Amino acid sequence: MNAINIKDITKKFKEVDALSGISFDIKQGEVFSLLGPNGAGKTTLISILTTILKPTSGTAVINGKDIIKEPLDVRKNIGIVFQEPSLDDLLTAKENLYLHSMLYNMPKEIAKKRIKDILITVNLYERKDHIVKTFSGGMKRQLEIARGLLHTPKILFLDEPTVGLDPFSRRNIWEYIKKVKKEQNITIILTTHYMEEAESLSDRIAIINKGKIIELDTPENLKKKIGDEILIIKGIVDDNRVRSLDFIKSVDLKNDKYIITSKEITKNLNKILEYVKRIDDIEIRKTSLEDVFLKMTGKKIEELDE
Amino acid sequence: MNNLIQISGIKAIVLRELLVFSREKERIISSIISPLLFLFVIGKSLNQNANIGGYSYQQFIFPGIIGMDILFTSIRYGLYIIWDKKMDFLKEVLISPISRTSLFLGKALGGVIGAMLEMLIILVIGNFFVLKISILQMILTMIACGFVSFMVVTIGLAIGGGMKTMEGFGLVVSFVSWPMFFFSNAMFEISKSNTTVWALSVINPFTYCVDIIRKILLNYAQFPVSRSIIIILIWNIILSYITIKIFNRIDTQK
Repeated sequence: MNAINIKDITKKFKEVDALSGISFDIKQGEVFSLLGPNGAGKTTLISILTTILKPTSGTAVINGKDIIKEPLDVRKNIGIVFQEPSLDDLLTAKENLYLHSMLYNMPKEIAKKRIKDILITVNLYERKDHIVKTFSGGMKRQLEIARGLLHTPKILFLDEPTVGLDPFSRRNIWEYIKKVKKEQNITIILTTHYMEEAESLSDRIAIINKGKIIELDTPENLKKKIGDEILIIKGIVDDNRVRSLDFIKSVDLKNDKYIITSKEITKNLNKILEYVKRIDDIEIRKTSLEDVFLKMTGKKIEELDE
Repeated sequence: MNNLIQISGIKAIVLRELLVFSREKERIISSIISPLLFLFVIGKSLNQNANIGGYSYQQFIFPGIIGMDILFTSIRYGLYIIWDKKMDFLKEVLISPISRTSLFLGKALGGVIGAMLEMLIILVIGNFFVLKISILQMILTMIACGFVSFMVVTIGLAIGGGMKTMEGFGLVVSFVSWPMFFFSNAMFEISKSNTTVWALSVINPFTYCVDIIRKILLNYAQFPVSRSIIIILIWNIILSYITIKIFNRIDTQK
């Protein structure tokens, strides 16, 4: 069963197309990542799916409810964590959660129990009566995710959940997301521009650039598309000959370096090296998502960030 | 209707406003200072010869000062929504299954309760230094001020709901609240004003607010009470309608 069906969503801001004709489905229970540089349209898409922003055309169905016709019903079943914090700084952690439970009309007794449980899970129980202003960035993010999950939504949206956090907090959040996924069979949609994040968390990834989905698949399949291994040689290479070898997927010259991708580089290394005349530097490694991104967009994600 | 007015959600918003109110005591202090200055400095210095309907000038303006406190606190409260919009809580509410009508009602009630608590401080101070106030008068004043506050909070929310930046904040205070205060009967009897001031005061709904409070506290009014009540209620309805329309258009884009 699909948790979300997205049907041909387009969003124009003035004359610029922020999203052009996006269509895809997200399955029940999967962690789905939208990977792309800043300004690719990730947040716009999330805003539309969470009924905050109206699309110029197209629609989506979330848990059987149409985002345009039944926005309040859609909202009951989703949790959202924004890129920018939306906690109330002047209130305590517990008060923030309690108000949330009221907004989602949770019965008082259930709310109290869940607030306690969830604060314990995110290690904030001892600080439950502290004002949120005194929390670190990582703690605030943990609390926001906890809040997004409080009303037991069927789908959780996380917009850049770890942006601006230190590596330690980032790992904590990843662990927590994995745990939630395992224990609650909840569908999670996250946007990120960190490759590592998308790779370690997602069941499927959509690479989005300039308002279009350019690839959508599991991390493994995405990597297979360009070959499992990658060979980078700085030196003089007869690239036409290398390209003609049947096990080679692609040969590109970028910044004086030949980037050769293939299913099995190590096994066939001798055959490739026959056409290499001089080596100043050489590297063989497993393909990463970063390589996929580079191949698909022609640029590194950092280069596309403005 | 059930989907428009959600009791639990409204309670959440009111509760949030009261919690914030209780933690930002500077807000209370800063907004009762000017009414008290008006009451004791202007009220006392112009006191000497005035006798309006058998009351001293200070006693005459006391209901006006109550109104002033309600006016300024309520309008400023309404404008705080710009701040909320910029960050924090509003986004959380906008994405929750709470209708904009409920959001409006919660916000407005939160503002009214805050303004009433503040007004109570002035009422008590007045009871000691200006004139004796009975319990019944206090209750009636509270009821009247509730409606007045709702009306003014709504004006603030309408303006705040439509504005995107804090820069317009001071402008609104200068161009809406001060004229509403001065072109009214808060500080003087409008029957003695010149024609322009008189005309502006008669259109100004705030005039009728002060008139009712004055009727309750001093048993002295320039207009029939029933007329004032009807005018205030009509303004409450019109302004609520407009503000809900504006709230329906708020999105989280900055």
